[in-house]
Amino acid sequence: MKTTRTNRFQIRPMAAIAALALTMACGAARAEISDNVVRIGVLTDMSGAYSDLAGPGAVTAAKMAVEDFIAKQKPGFKVELVSADHQNKGDIASNKAREWFDRDQVDVVTELVTSSTALAVMKVAKEKNRIALITGAGSSRITNEDCNDVSVHWAYDTYATGNGTGRAVVKQGGKTWYFLTADYAFGQSLEKDTTAVILANGGKVLGSVRHPFPSTDLSSYLLKAQASGAEVIGLANAGADTINSVKQAAEFGITPKQTLAGLLMFITDINSLGLKATQGMYLTEAFYWDMNPETRAWSKRFYERQKKMPTMVQAGLYSAITHYLEAVKAINSDDTQKVMAQMKKVPVNDFFAKNGKIRNDGLMEHDMFLMQVKKPADSHYPWDYYNVRATIPGAEAFEPLSQSRCPLIKK
Amino acid sequence: MTEVFGVPLLALLGQLVLGLVNGSFYALLSLGLAIIFGMLNIINFAHGALYMMGAFASWMLLTYFGIGYFGALLLAPLLVGAFGIIIERLLLQRLYRLDHLYGLLLTFGLALIIEGLFRDQFGVSGETYEVPEALTGAIDLGFMALPKYRVWVIGVSTLVCFATWAIIEKTRLGSYLRAATENPQLTQAFGVNVPLMIMMTYGFGVALAALAGVMAAPIFQVSPLMGSNLIIVVFAVVVIGGMGSILGAIVTGLMLGLVEGLAKVFYPEASATVVFVIMAIVLIIRPAGLFGREK
Repeated sequence: MKTTRTNRFQIRPMAAIAALALTMACGAARAEISDNVVRIGVLTDMSGAYSDLAGPGAVTAAKMAVEDFIAKQKPGFKVELVSADHQNKGDIASNKAREWFDRDQVDVVTELVTSSTALAVMKVAKEKNRIALITGAGSSRITNEDCNDVSVHWAYDTYATGNGTGRAVVKQGGKTWYFLTADYAFGQSLEKDTTAVILANGGKVLGSVRHPFPSTDLSSYLLKAQASGAEVIGLANAGADTINSVKQAAEFGITPKQTLAGLLMFITDINSLGLKATQGMYLTEAFYWDMNPETRAWSKRFYERQKKMPTMVQAGLYSAITHYLEAVKAINSDDTQKVMAQMKKVPVNDFFAKNGKIRNDGLMEHDMFLMQVKKPADSHYPWDYYNVRATIPGAEAFEPLSQSRCPLIKK
Repeated sequence: MTEVFGVPLLALLGQLVLGLVNGSFYALLSLGLAIIFGMLNIINFAHGALYMMGAFASWMLLTYFGIGYFGALLLAPLLVGAFGIIIERLLLQRLYRLDHLYGLLLTFGLALIIEGLFRDQFGVSGETYEVPEALTGAIDLGFMALPKYRVWVIGVSTLVCFATWAIIEKTRLGSYLRAATENPQLTQAFGVNVPLMIMMTYGFGVALAALAGVMAAPIFQVSPLMGSNLIIVVFAVVVIGGMGSILGAIVTGLMLGLVEGLAKVFYPEASATVVFVIMAIVLIIRPAGLFGREK
């Protein structure tokens, strides 16, 4: 919308500067928000494997964010929300994002569960100079090898969840590990990141098996893990694959002899499996509805609409959209680079994150929480699932910038 | 220890047994498909959804009515089979004289609608169904601890598969059925109620899918997507076995379960595709399938 293309033409430098100055002056004279509407596109998995942890609940969270923003801030511009199903496919996601950017003047594409879709859309966003706010996807590649200056990774990444859980379990004495890994970008990132933490804390990785995504019968892989004799079986998968792994591990008597570590689990997984099958498991989350009055208040409003408690992805989406809209209002512009600068300047302080900050590699650094799943007897009301075992400060939870593989970070 | 290509023999045996369990599900599902295709000439794309309904039916029977696994084993196929009969009477019977494509499109549409309704109601994470008390625990085979429930699955499905084969191939009822497929007008002229037989056949095929669903419920998460995850493989089984061949469906189902089990040992990344590679090879060499007859 706002890109000037002077550099494409062979104009003498002076003329180019003059032309540029002119366009900028014109831009400043009128309202800086293109057609006075900020359009947010929620691109998510509406019906597939991740539709419970993101999906319709994410759309609800996005609606709440927009409604609350309009009610509280009374902005001088309109905010419109569009949403679409990317079916967990990178090509569908990037086509939709392209259509939104080119035809529908969408300013920011958000949610993007499934790493392959997030990585695809980030590239389109960069090409079109719009913003991608990623809450659902987990791959640490988003802020490393594939990072760019128009994307923000909001809720969690595989380093943080693998790191938190991996370290806690090794410290509890689970020294030897075997991985069950979903065979795509996300699973591989998760295995790699967790392996680093295990080794750093004095543990050992005995092996891993990569299974196709999605798989319903994981017992073959579980038997391999059992035969390895590892104390801990790390589940570097997500959603239905994790659920079936936990269920079948119990069936084969693998648990409780060997411990399962869910390297990325969501409260919806625990809800679906039940506490009997999951009790005692450690997991790392960015958000739990029942932590303090603020989280409870927001989550109850969410529950009234969705009939489920929010996942960290859904709560994170609310937080991300709110932060974005506040940045747009503060500078009265939806210019991509200006908004990105403003979002990075102001810390994130809401029910989801305290003193969160967006780093130059695009990662929103905030505290993570180590949870342990309650015993059925200790759960007193619906969705009373976790004991918060530790708060992992943001700087410790996420990969330090000194180890960044992001080209934007100069060392 | 003896090793096969670097894998201990005992571990291999364990994986083969697991392959047999999956093969039992394939056999049960592809058997239903083969019967329906053989008798009705309908490519029943709703089979996966009906399998899922069987699993959900057993979960609902337990949750809402307190009826346990063994009750569900009988009731769920009956309920879902009755639902199948309604589909046949209302919709499918209008399509018998048309091209296969119409039946395929109709049942595919039905599958999408059924799955959509369940997804809307239950979400994709699904519900957990416990292994029945009497079948918990494991049998020590020496090389692995095989859960009793999986032994039960192999036993029941093999029994059901071969009983079905025997009824169709060896009994008088079966001969009527085969005659009705071969030449409906003539069979009707002999006083056999052909529409009734066809209706019951579809109901039975659907009931088999539901039975597989009930048996799958304690192993896999009961979720609206469980059918669509499986159905493509099952279709490949039917194609490899030979469309409409009863014995072909059973044997191929078990065999592909084993092949998949082997793939999971030697090259897990390919375990989801190995079935389709075999399908392609079979189609090149024997287009009618391993047990099919060229028409």
